[in-house]
Amino acid sequence: MATPTLSKTDKMEEAAAASPYITVTFRIRRFNPEISDEAQWQDFQIEIDPKERVLDGLHKIKWDLDGTLTFRRSCAHGICGSDAMRINGKNRLACKTLIKDINPEKPITVEAIKGLTVMKDLVVDMEPFFQAYRDVMPFLVTKGNEPTRERLQSAEDRERFDDTTKCILCAACTSSCPVFWNDGQYFGPAAIVNAHRFIFDSRDEAGEQRLEILNDKDGVWRCRTTFNCTDACPRGIEVTKAIQEVKRALITRRFCPLRGRRYEGPAPECVFRGGALARSGEHAPSVIADRRRSPLHAGRAGRARRRMGGGTRPGFAVERSSA
Amino acid sequence: MKIHKYDTVIVGAGGAGMRAAIESTKRSRTAVLTKLYPTRSHTGAAQGGMAAALANVEEDNWEWHTFDTVKGGDYLVDQDAAEILAKEAIDAVLDLEKMGLPFNRTPDGTIDQRRFGGHSRNHGEAPVRRSCYAADRTGHMILQTLYQNCVKEGVEFFNEFYVLDQLLVEEDGVKKSAGVVAYELATGEIHVFQAKSVIYASGGTGKFFKVTSNAHTLTGDGQAACYRRGLPLEDMEFFQFHPTGIWRMGILLTEGARGEGGILRNKDGERFMEKYAPVMKDLASRDVVSRSIYTEIREGRGCGPAGDHVYLDLTHLPPEQLDAKLPDITEFARTYLGIEPYTDPIPIQPTAHYAMGGIPTNVEGEVLADNTTVVPGLYAAGEVACVSVHGANRLGTNSLLDINVFGKRSGIAAAKYAQENDYVELPENPAQQVVDLVEHLRNSTGKERVADLRLELQETMDACVMVFRTEQTIKTAVEKIAELRERYKNVSVQDKGKRFNTDLLEAIELGNLLDLAEVMAVSALARKESRGGHYREDYPNRDDVNFMRHTMAYREVGADGSDSVRLDYKPVVTTRYQPMERKY
Repeated sequence: MATPTLSKTDKMEEAAAASPYITVTFRIRRFNPEISDEAQWQDFQIEIDPKERVLDGLHKIKWDLDGTLTFRRSCAHGICGSDAMRINGKNRLACKTLIKDINPEKPITVEAIKGLTVMKDLVVDMEPFFQAYRDVMPFLVTKGNEPTRERLQSAEDRERFDDTTKCILCAACTSSCPVFWNDGQYFGPAAIVNAHRFIFDSRDEAGEQRLEILNDKDGVWRCRTTFNCTDACPRGIEVTKAIQEVKRALITRRFCPLRGRRYEGPAPECVFRGGALARSGEHAPSVIADRRRSPLHAGRAGRARRRMGGGTRPGFAVERSSA
Repeated sequence: MKIHKYDTVIVGAGGAGMRAAIESTKRSRTAVLTKLYPTRSHTGAAQGGMAAALANVEEDNWEWHTFDTVKGGDYLVDQDAAEILAKEAIDAVLDLEKMGLPFNRTPDGTIDQRRFGGHSRNHGEAPVRRSCYAADRTGHMILQTLYQNCVKEGVEFFNEFYVLDQLLVEEDGVKKSAGVVAYELATGEIHVFQAKSVIYASGGTGKFFKVTSNAHTLTGDGQAACYRRGLPLEDMEFFQFHPTGIWRMGILLTEGARGEGGILRNKDGERFMEKYAPVMKDLASRDVVSRSIYTEIREGRGCGPAGDHVYLDLTHLPPEQLDAKLPDITEFARTYLGIEPYTDPIPIQPTAHYAMGGIPTNVEGEVLADNTTVVPGLYAAGEVACVSVHGANRLGTNSLLDINVFGKRSGIAAAKYAQENDYVELPENPAQQVVDLVEHLRNSTGKERVADLRLELQETMDACVMVFRTEQTIKTAVEKIAELRERYKNVSVQDKGKRFNTDLLEAIELGNLLDLAEVMAVSALARKESRGGHYREDYPNRDDVNFMRHTMAYREVGADGSDSVRLDYKPVVTTRYQPMERKY
């Protein structure tokens, strides 16, 4: 029986056997509007194994030093997309970033992702991000009778959009984009990635409509190709390339070799009621007040309203019960 | 306090919750309450696939799938439910494909299928290709596809709303569901949702173990809310330990890795599964493989300086195959272990993975108040529920199937119930229990800390009620849990604020975990046999005479206010398969 090569694994295990702990400083940007309108940096020193994750460090702080430190997390291995944050100035998932990979000799800075309103410490209002996602019709649209069995798709056609199916909606890309920082009306890379996922799916028949949405002045043409989004993506999606492919499809109107015909059926009726923070101000006064303070949010809500009346997407109703 | 009125309220926005929401939104005014955002649920962490006898790549049929499910569950499966699961699997997969799920494809363009543990042709002859998959991120694709379709259907979500109480009201001598009480994380406000029907789809409870594949947020919230209101929990002693978790971290490495040809080896490089399961080898059911791994470790053939793990060897597989079929798990090995799976084996150990038990339901998803009586207006689906299609051990790929089949069924049934029935009047002060709980925790000046108690609980569970159990270890766990529950009364939180108080949230979650850990340990202590995921070294054989029955655990409150677990039992539904010895 063949014995597998064990050298690297053995080495790793030997290293693990020695006491691994080092002292690391976390420099975290704290913000709690219940206490102060000002954000401030706070340092915490912890003992940690450098092979642990930044998320483990945040947990040590929350569980042992300061229970008020607030961040989102769930799966802790880069699948759920809850814990995107700015670590040493770069957008990353805290659960996919190991301490040893970010120079623990110096203080590790951790702050909320940019371009979305901070609600407390590392928690931002994700609603504008999800609104942009919902605006690109992120679902399969087909017409005609449904087949009895599955729709056929060749392995090559399936491969065409594989990269953009990996998106976990963590917002690392969108909140690393300088265009999005400056103008929250821009759809942002994540929404375009999710439009790409359907535009290049051979089964879908609403590519034209999505392209029209992205041809908007807040659409793909705002992209300045800085590649921040590609660098930030924790799933390794070639985000900038996907945006470029959408731009090219807009020029050539060729996105699926097998199809190329325009979708003419009625657009699906779609009522957006939004998440907790998008609903009327009646049960979340403090949060809504924040949204009003933020020109960014006003802009995006404004865009949604313009869309509704402007008719850029015929038959595609956007309703929000905003106050 | 705010009061909302909906026809149907769904608690949880993972696979089961969103599948239910797609159905119920079409038929009734529905609200989905989730303590996370919909795409954050742990359905997204499922990797390997979803079983369905499509027979796209080789001969297969749903009857074989039913048999495998019953056998995999060590005959504790309700066979009528397993038959529904296997039959409706085919449409469940086709539904998802039509919703847009990007399955991997065969050269003919149909949905590709691969092998998975415990799934066999013709009642155990050889492994069969039954798992429909999308690389090693099938759960991610299901979660995204369901969310996309929720957007399409206009499903109404209440994100970061944490349900803390189930309202039950007695009407004409029958306990009925009146709604739920939720805590809004962003503001700290308490909301009462009056609803004609309520569906729990809030997931599992794996976080009472330390080494687990489960998310931090899987804390048994739905189970605890129902249990505290006097509803039973079924088969809680049955917990699945997935054979291949990343060593010490517990992160899941899919069984699909072995389905693609991966091999488990001990420190001598031996393919040890050949000894324990001559036919299915590395693809025997999960309980069998996990026990085999720990047997190797106990007998001194474990790897590493401490001999506390074994290897998952993928080095003989072509790199192109790993890239195409297992891209995510190979990246996990690189990210978290610094190992290159092309050339080096991956250290693994069993990881607490899945609760077979939960809130008892019938095949329509209706929650049971005892062995037979349904609670009108109350439903459950997915890992939170126990139908029971998984019995004593769930087969891989049957959970993604479960959430789709029974998510859909409960969504349809709950909406129909809402159409045909009126609201049940809310009790007086419906939010009182939640207000008291939240105020108690926020104002407590006790000296106990959440993180300490949680760690002690997790270490106790890992040591005492994991893969191998004995009377002695379980008793130790029962005593320790009782001590921790007592200490929990003096727990306090540092964050006293209202806005995004996750400190408070973790304290509440710990309370749920403690209650459920007690149910689990007490149920395990009473089951003096070994079956599926429940292995008693002091009773190593299955005992069909005394224990071919489901455990039903109830919370009993004494006159002095103290509570305890009362056990009862429920017969197993047997249709066509008589219990046989289980060999792989």
